[in-house]
Amino acid sequence: MMKKCKRKPLLIAFLHFSTVLLLLYGCNSNATHESDFMSPNIARGGYTQQGDMAIAAPPFNEEGIFPCSDCHAEEVTNPQRRKLVDMHEDISEMFDHDSENRWCLDCHNADDRDYLRLASGKLLSFKESQKLCGQCHGDKYRDWKVGVHGKRTGDWNGKKQYLLCVHCHNPHSPHFKPIKPMPPPVRQKDIY
Amino acid sequence: MQKKQKNSSRRDFLKKIPVVAAGTVAMASCSPEEWDDFLQQSFRTLSKEEKDAIIKNLEKKYTEKYGKPFTVSAEPATEGILFGYALDLSRCVGCRRCVYACVDENNQSRDPQVHWIQVLQMDKIKGIDLAHADVHYNPETVPEEGHFYMPVACQQCRNPQCTTVCPTKATYQDEDGIVVVDYDWCIGCRYCMAACPYGARHFNWGEPSIPEEDVNPATHYLGNRPRPKGVVEKCTFCIQRVRKGKYPACVEICPTGSRKFGNLLDPNSEIRYILENKRVLVFKEELNTQPKFYYFFGV
Ligand code: HEC
Ligand code: HEC
Ligand code: HEC
Ligand code: HEC
Repeated sequence: MMKKCKRKPLLIAFLHFSTVLLLLYGCNSNATHESDFMSPNIARGGYTQQGDMAIAAPPFNEEGIFPCSDCHAEEVTNPQRRKLVDMHEDISEMFDHDSENRWCLDCHNADDRDYLRLASGKLLSFKESQKLCGQCHGDKYRDWKVGVHGKRTGDWNGKKQYLLCVHCHNPHSPHFKPIKPMPPPVRQKDIY
Repeated sequence: MQKKQKNSSRRDFLKKIPVVAAGTVAMASCSPEEWDDFLQQSFRTLSKEEKDAIIKNLEKKYTEKYGKPFTVSAEPATEGILFGYALDLSRCVGCRRCVYACVDENNQSRDPQVHWIQVLQMDKIKGIDLAHADVHYNPETVPEEGHFYMPVACQQCRNPQCTTVCPTKATYQDEDGIVVVDYDWCIGCRYCMAACPYGARHFNWGEPSIPEEDVNPATHYLGNRPRPKGVVEKCTFCIQRVRKGKYPACVEICPTGSRKFGNLLDPNSEIRYILENKRVLVFKEELNTQPKFYYFFGV
């Protein structure tokens, strides 16, 4: 600190001949914010390794809903497009994903409901739902794999973790949902 | 008090100057060698031993002040790495999570408030137009119809004006491209703030204050270590994280995945993919500052 005391007065005087343009973004007081904020999309359920990618576990809450076969092993599949009333009313209600042309069973496997299903007939676990999305959104899927669409965390030059598409897009209503912004910066007051 | 001894030569030098009055004249009368010596014994020219001593001192000081163990890293740049950043203007929703993640990670003063990131809200029809940009927008939810969002922090120029005008060379571009500030050398003249066309440099007008429990004790000498009053600070790409291989805090927090970071010299990095495959722009290109911070359209 000593050195600063010595050199500051000198240099400040030295520099005094020109008045500096300043106050571009001088700042001030009374900021508060939710410092305990957690990103709503950070995975809490751990990761699964798929090839060389560590991918966050599916975000949906399994309680009372997974395995789907708990009910669907008994339940007779009704392939009819309809308003669901006995179960999944919420999903039926929000369904807004090319819903003119699509129905649940374009993505969910009819015979074993614990799996998703590609058009090719290939079954996918919920842990790899990105491949289902990739079937129709190939461009986004490509960008996602290289870390340009979606999000990777971890080491920029090493191990990375991927979020699934469904961490950010509800598959039944995929438009990215509006969120509450954090507080704006305090307004600039006169500083002197 | 290591430092005190270190600087004796500089102090001798100071004595030679016929005090303040005509500083300019006095300086001009010095030999270039003396001038250089005066200016350049900054952190980057210190020996390993000298650095270690300074670091140990700081760690002790901060540990006492904030009541928790502090680390102050002096991790240097690595050869073959040039850091670059890209932000997807077609995804950012202006939620400001990055602003506060940055404050927390980088120990910005809470009061007076310092924010290294400003998020500009602009009209889609007007495009990037600073005359109509708003940083104080505060609706219930974002994004707002008809608007897009452009977060702005240090653009990490290849051709930075701020370092050129710094009279003490306290701020400089390190080998991995990060423009840093040595707070012990910053004299608070704020020339750099005037020179920066992005408003990305921030001055500690008051004694910075951070609640003890919120202080981040994992710091870097040239980055997020607590600053004294009267110095200039700015985004360092989270130097304390990225030199250890981690993504910057803003990248990690962003709920839209708009923020991308990596090594511009690595052809397999996401940053290179963006430069090669997306529509990319730099802010105020006409000024020839040559930012390493890119804006792109991911659509
Ligand atoms: C608690 C029992 C229960 C569980 C668990 C359950 N479902 Fe269902 N599901 C139903 C019932 C009942 C219907 C019929 C609703 C109606 O017709 O109104 C249904 C209907 C459906 C349909 C519409 C097509 C059809 O067969 O009628 C789909 C798709 C579906 N469920 C998917 C799933 C998936 C995927 C899971 C697991 C993630 C799951 N369900 C878990 C009870 C359940
Ligand atoms: C575009 C493909 C797609 C369509 C169409 C679709 N789903 Fe899903 N669904 C998914 C995916 C992917 C998941 C896994 C989400 C996750 O991992 O959080 C899922 C999860 C579920 C779940 C379990 C999680 C939850 O939100 O409760 C149920 C139940 C379900 N779907 C039912 C339905 C029903 C009923 C329909 C028709 C109204 C339907 N799905 C239409 C892709 C689809
Ligand atoms: C069977 C084809 C198909 C699959 C599978 C599919 N989508 Fe889509 N998706 C579409 C179509 C078609 C649209 C355009 C719909 C529209 O404009 O209403 C769309 C639209 C979207 C949109 C834009 C919504 C908006 O309004 O902004 C998102 C995001 C999206 N899908 C995400 C996903 C995700 C995530 C998955 C995987 C869970 C997925 N899609 C799987 C066909 C598909
Ligand atoms: C980190 C969050 C995140 C993840 C993960 C993510 N997206 Fe998105 N996606 C977004 C945001 C944000 C937008 C822009 C939404 C808006 O404009 O409102 C978007 C937009 C889209 C759109 C709309 C078209 C467009 O370009 O705006 C599609 C389709 C889409 N995403 C598909 C996917 C698919 C497929 C995946 C997985 C392979 C995926 N997304 C993963 C955040 C994400």
